[in-house]
Amino acid sequence: MTDTTDTGPVLAADGTPLKRSLARALRMQKMRALALIAPLLLFVLITFVVPIGQMLWRSVENDIVADTLPLTVVALASWDGNSGELPSEEVYDAFARDMIVAVNAKQHTRLGTRLNYEKTGISSLFRKSGRKIKKWDPVEDAPFKEKLIEVHDGWGDIETWRTIQAHSSRVTGGYFLNAIDMQKTPDGPAAQPEDKRILIKLFTRTLIMSMIITCSCIVLGYPVAWILANLPMRSANMLMILVLLPFWTSLLVRTSAWKVMLQQQGVINDVLVWLGLVSDSARLIMINNQFGTIVAMTHILLPFMILPMYSVMQTIPPTYLRAAKSLGATNWTAFWRVYFPQSVPGIGAGSILVFILSIGYYITPEIVGGTKGVFISNRIAYHISSSLNWGLAAALGTILLAVVLLLYWCYDRIVGIDNVKLG
Amino acid sequence: MSIELAQKKDPSFVAPIVAGAGAVAGLLVGTAQGSSIIGILAGAAILGALAWIVLSYFNHERPARRIIMAAFGVAGYLVGAIPGAVVGLLFGWFFGWFIFWLGSGRYRAWLAPYLTPGQVLWHYTFRVICGAVFVFLITPILVVLPLSFNAQDFFTFTPEMLRFDPEGYSLKHYRDFFTNNEWQRSFKNSLIIAPIATIISVSLGTLAAIGLSQSHVPARRTIMAILISPMIVPLIISATGMFFFYSSIGNWMEGTLGLDKNFVGYIKVILAHAVLGIPFVIITVTATLVGFDTSLTRAAANMGANPVTTFFRVQMPLILPGVISGGLFAFITSFDEVVVVLFVGSAGQKTLPWQMFTGLREQISPTILAVATILVVISIGLLTVVELLRRRSERLRGLSPG
Repeated sequence: MTDTTDTGPVLAADGTPLKRSLARALRMQKMRALALIAPLLLFVLITFVVPIGQMLWRSVENDIVADTLPLTVVALASWDGNSGELPSEEVYDAFARDMIVAVNAKQHTRLGTRLNYEKTGISSLFRKSGRKIKKWDPVEDAPFKEKLIEVHDGWGDIETWRTIQAHSSRVTGGYFLNAIDMQKTPDGPAAQPEDKRILIKLFTRTLIMSMIITCSCIVLGYPVAWILANLPMRSANMLMILVLLPFWTSLLVRTSAWKVMLQQQGVINDVLVWLGLVSDSARLIMINNQFGTIVAMTHILLPFMILPMYSVMQTIPPTYLRAAKSLGATNWTAFWRVYFPQSVPGIGAGSILVFILSIGYYITPEIVGGTKGVFISNRIAYHISSSLNWGLAAALGTILLAVVLLLYWCYDRIVGIDNVKLG
Repeated sequence: MSIELAQKKDPSFVAPIVAGAGAVAGLLVGTAQGSSIIGILAGAAILGALAWIVLSYFNHERPARRIIMAAFGVAGYLVGAIPGAVVGLLFGWFFGWFIFWLGSGRYRAWLAPYLTPGQVLWHYTFRVICGAVFVFLITPILVVLPLSFNAQDFFTFTPEMLRFDPEGYSLKHYRDFFTNNEWQRSFKNSLIIAPIATIISVSLGTLAAIGLSQSHVPARRTIMAILISPMIVPLIISATGMFFFYSSIGNWMEGTLGLDKNFVGYIKVILAHAVLGIPFVIITVTATLVGFDTSLTRAAANMGANPVTTFFRVQMPLILPGVISGGLFAFITSFDEVVVVLFVGSAGQKTLPWQMFTGLREQISPTILAVATILVVISIGLLTVVELLRRRSERLRGLSPG
């Protein structure tokens, strides 16, 4: 004991103090681990996290007005839209100069499309005026106010200018307002006209149908998980194949199978007609509606419910149930008070997994959902590929992502990310 | 040593139960033939009487069951030709078995002797419920298989098929798949994209998994969350993000680097699919590494192996099952993926699932069912491989093979 106090700190073989030497070794180890992880981390960050971030940014980004009409935006800033008067000649002059540049760069139609999301009719206003403005000269043809109004009386409408003014900022909450069936007007946020309000309905439908799918997965999955966990290993493994085969089969195969099954001329209807339960003229309509979506998605997501439930139930000793019964519990009490509470973590894990997966589903609702059974994701796809309103698509995606991350956070609290098991 | 619990039951116990089951069967047959009430009554009467007679006068099970089956088969044939005969044989087999199963008391043989009749009833009801769920799980996949041999261009069973007439079956949809240019091109695209994406995700993923399983990793949870995120974020959102990202990247590669448009398209889809496959590799490989004995690498180093040799000669063979099954997951993810490729790819990168998707949405051609059958066979193969690998890896880690 006294030796160590005499000679000072413990030394490593190379003469450095042991403490420092160990710290260096630990640092080396950490660096090595990070070096192994770094390539993948960079890859995922660049090709996944950055794109998602870009999408989030795009949901508030609104550079197009300020970039296409830079002078106009500055000139309009001092105009009071509520005064009831048209902007001054200064604004028209700036606008004409901006437009001449924009028309030559063929940017004006894009701006028209952008503003058309907010006020219908602006797109054609820009397109029609563009042809005439193209021939103008910014100096010789001044003043522009009367000329523009002559070209199209839309330029004599105060609302047009108020719309441009309202959407001239570089960052906008307008897309998010659109995503919840509101719109950004010059007078502040307002509700969309009655016939355009579909997104809130779609969001609630997505949530409600996801819940129904989750519940039916619980109801169907619980007995199966129970029997898999309680059968002898060999027969459980055989039955497990019946769960894993759908899990491994292509999503499109299963979706097309459901199309085959549920059609009016499909297998289920044929069997029912053959059995005489349904008359040939009154075949059941089971596809292209919510029923089709729910049945097909329940089938597709059921393995994701069974597998986590199974892994939890496997850990519950069967002796507990027998003990409860020998102490006088009825079958139901023994199950409800002893077995069920222990299986709740499995139900939670499975439900959150199924719910997360189902609110983002696109393919199955698109094929078997018709118009009444589609989800919010189908709307996102529509805005990306058909209507080209990318800002709104990004805003919808952001809201959906927020919901999923919230659920994921719950999942992490209940199960933990590391406990995700496959197959 | 087994105790013979099975004891012969009285016909008066069996006959009413069989009569009940017969009523249900009679309901189905009767409804199909026009009158459900007559069906119920006749079914109950015939089967109740049958059970009574069989149990009272036949001592040998096997011949009695054969006779029942034959009788039902003939009756079915008289009512509905060959399909009727098949249904009849099935009914006959079931009721023959059911009568003797109940009659000989076999149904209690495997159960604890102290169970009350109610518990026995619940035990079997529960099995039937589970069986129904398994049927729900597997039927859609099984239905596709025979339909893909349909001689007609229908998505449904034709009368010829139900009569088991060879005329009703053909391989023409398979022929169409193997000769049609569009299907072949999309199949080829899938075979190009999926393996390359798998190689990228497996090589990067395995390295990172080894890094993650070291004892001291700073910010392990955050890193893990980022690496697993492609699996958590809904595909439609990933696809939207990647759509914006890769359209600008693609323009840059075509414009500034002057690469071929088609080539750039492949790069975009492959990179997108590689990211989607990474979480599966990470999860399976880290799970395998949990059981890895690190003293083996130290022993290798002690004997003079450098880290690269240690990795390839010691560590890799042991974690190979996990790596391969992670790779298979990544492969199937890419091979099945359609949302991202729809958004990121262009017509030149049309994959098999994409072709199926358009096929299902627009021109409905039964070739889809032939493709589906081929894919089911492939997935059965993959499932078998993964299962074998899992057992092997558990054996290697000293766990009992499950």
